[in-house]
This record gives sequence, C-alpha cells and structure tokens, in this order.
Amino acid sequence: MKQRFLIPLAAFFVLLVFLAIGLTRDPRDVPSPLKDKPAPAFTLPQLAVVDTSFSPADMKGKVWLLNVWSSWCVSCRAEHPLLVAFAKESQLPIVGLSYKEVRGDSDINAGKLSPDDELKLTRQRANAWLAQRGNPYSVVALDMDGRVGIDYGVYGVPETYVIDKAGMIRMKHTGPITPDSLKNQIMPKVAELSK
Amino acid sequence: MKLCTFLACALLILANAAMAKEAVPMAADVAVEKRMIEISEELRCLVCQNESLAASHAELAEDLRREVRKLIGEGKTDKEILDFMVARYGDFVRYRPPVKPTTWLLWGGPFLLLAGGVAALIAFLRRRVKEEAAPVLSEDEHRRAAALLDQSNS
Repeated sequence: MKQRFLIPLAAFFVLLVFLAIGLTRDPRDVPSPLKDKPAPAFTLPQLAVVDTSFSPADMKGKVWLLNVWSSWCVSCRAEHPLLVAFAKESQLPIVGLSYKEVRGDSDINAGKLSPDDELKLTRQRANAWLAQRGNPYSVVALDMDGRVGIDYGVYGVPETYVIDKAGMIRMKHTGPITPDSLKNQIMPKVAELSK
Repeated sequence: MKLCTFLACALLILANAAMAKEAVPMAADVAVEKRMIEISEELRCLVCQNESLAASHAELAEDLRREVRKLIGEGKTDKEILDFMVARYGDFVRYRPPVKPTTWLLWGGPFLLLAGGVAALIAFLRRRVKEEAAPVLSEDEHRRAAALLDQSNS
C-alpha cells in the first residue's frame, strides 16, 4: 500500500524531465514555414556595383547561403569572423542581405532621408563595415525597407538560409552561426545538397 | 464694418471647408486602423513573443502593421492577411493556431488532462465507497473480539 505514495513522486519526476527538455530548447527558434519552399523572388540593388541588381534567380544551379545582416546588429558582429574564415576556405557562395541598414538603426531618423540619400548612406555604412571586418560575401543585396526580409520571414538578424540548386530553401538558421552549428547543421546540409 | 464681418465669415467658412476636406481621409484611415488593430491582435509579435502585433513597439511589428495596412488597402480579406503572415512566419504567429495534426495535442491536451483527472477522481471515490461498505471486522475477528471481551469481563 505504501507504494501508492510513490505515484506523486513519479509524476513529479516525469514533469521534471519535461521541464528539463524544455530548458534546452530555444523559444526564439521558430520553425520556418518556408523550409522546402521556393526562395521568394526579389530584385534588389547590389552593394558593390552601382546600378546592378541581384535576384535569387541569378544563383540557379548553385547551392548557396543567404545571410541576413546589418551593421547595427550586435550578434552579426559576433558571427562575422566565422563567416569570413569560412568564405576563405570554402567555395560555397554566401550572399549577404543587408537588412534595414539605415532604418533599423534607431540613432538615425530615416524618415527625413530621401530615397537616394538612404541608398547612399546604406552603401557607405555597409561598405565601411565590410572594409573593417572583412567581406565574406560574393554579392550583397540591399533590402533597405525590410520588405524582402518580411517575405523571408526574418524576425531577427542575423538569419541564414541554405538554398539548393533549384532555388528551394532547405534550411533556416536563426541567430548567429556558431562553429558548432556550422559544422553540425549547415555543412552536412550543404554537402547533402551539393551531391 | 460690414466688410469686416463678411471677411471673418468667409474666413470661417473657408477654414471649415479646409478642415472638412482633411477630415475625409482621416475617417477612412480610422476604419483601416480599426481593422488593422483587430487583425494584429490575432497575431503574435515574433520579436517579443508574449506581445501581440497590435501592442508591440518592436520595429518589426511596426513594419508588419504597415504591411497589414497596405494589404487592407489592396482590398484583401482578413483571412488572406492572416494567411500572408502564416506563410512567412508559420502558425506560431497566430494566437489561435489552426487545428491540424501537429496542433492536436495543443488543442486537445487540456481536455486530455481533464479526462485523466476525472478518471483518477472516479477511481478514488469508487475505492472509498468500497472500503466504507466493507465490514470493519470479519466474522473471525468478531469472534475473537467477543472472546477477549468475555475474558476481561469474567
């Protein structure tokens, strides 16, 4: 009869296990509904070459990474050296999506800028950042108003998408890439898609 | 003097007209704004996950509210706008996610717990009724008790 009093104790341990599992999961890592869907099309101005644009269709036939970043984003700063080192040793094209470079910075009143001035300032800031910290990107597209970001379901920079040869999103990584996530999540996916 | 009154009146009328003119788009905006708030109260802000899109001050929430306003302007229905958000951010953006295999446990879980609790309560009550109904002493024990009482009485 005494065993009956073990039931609440057992129930407590079951609860404990569930809570412990819950602690290891990141509530910010919301699964993207865009996984295994075509990467949304866009045409945006490029950073490096004035008067040229970039579109995901340009990357057809290649496996590539789309890395959403911003110079005001603190986590991007943490992630950047890893991307630079990775770009040096890997052939994988990394496309940068410069996300709300000017508008996202609360220090600037972007409403006062004309579209031309905003584009100029975006270029200036993004180039300065890449000159200082290294440029891992084969191309950088400028999403000044964050509209493309919305289509990709970006809710916090940095975010990284793995896109396959057919232009399908195969993986989304939220938050800064770490050596661990690069080695154990992104690279195996890229290897699998490059076959 | 008459001219003065006339001018004042004319100015007043003009001012009124000017104000009235401005008020028209305001009224339309209020309707759009009201619908926008109704829709965004159904949506979760992904930056501060416990706030609705209507209440959040996050920049992304501002962008998304602007997007909702634009979609309303394009004549989209509420469902189309919710679908737009779900297609980009997943079911998680909805405070009332749709009922489907992956959310069955979410919707049914509380009822499952309730059913479990009720079952445990019924089992407990039945056992108690049985225990109460059972004689406190068996016949054999009765006899032994009687014998003991006899012994002490004698």
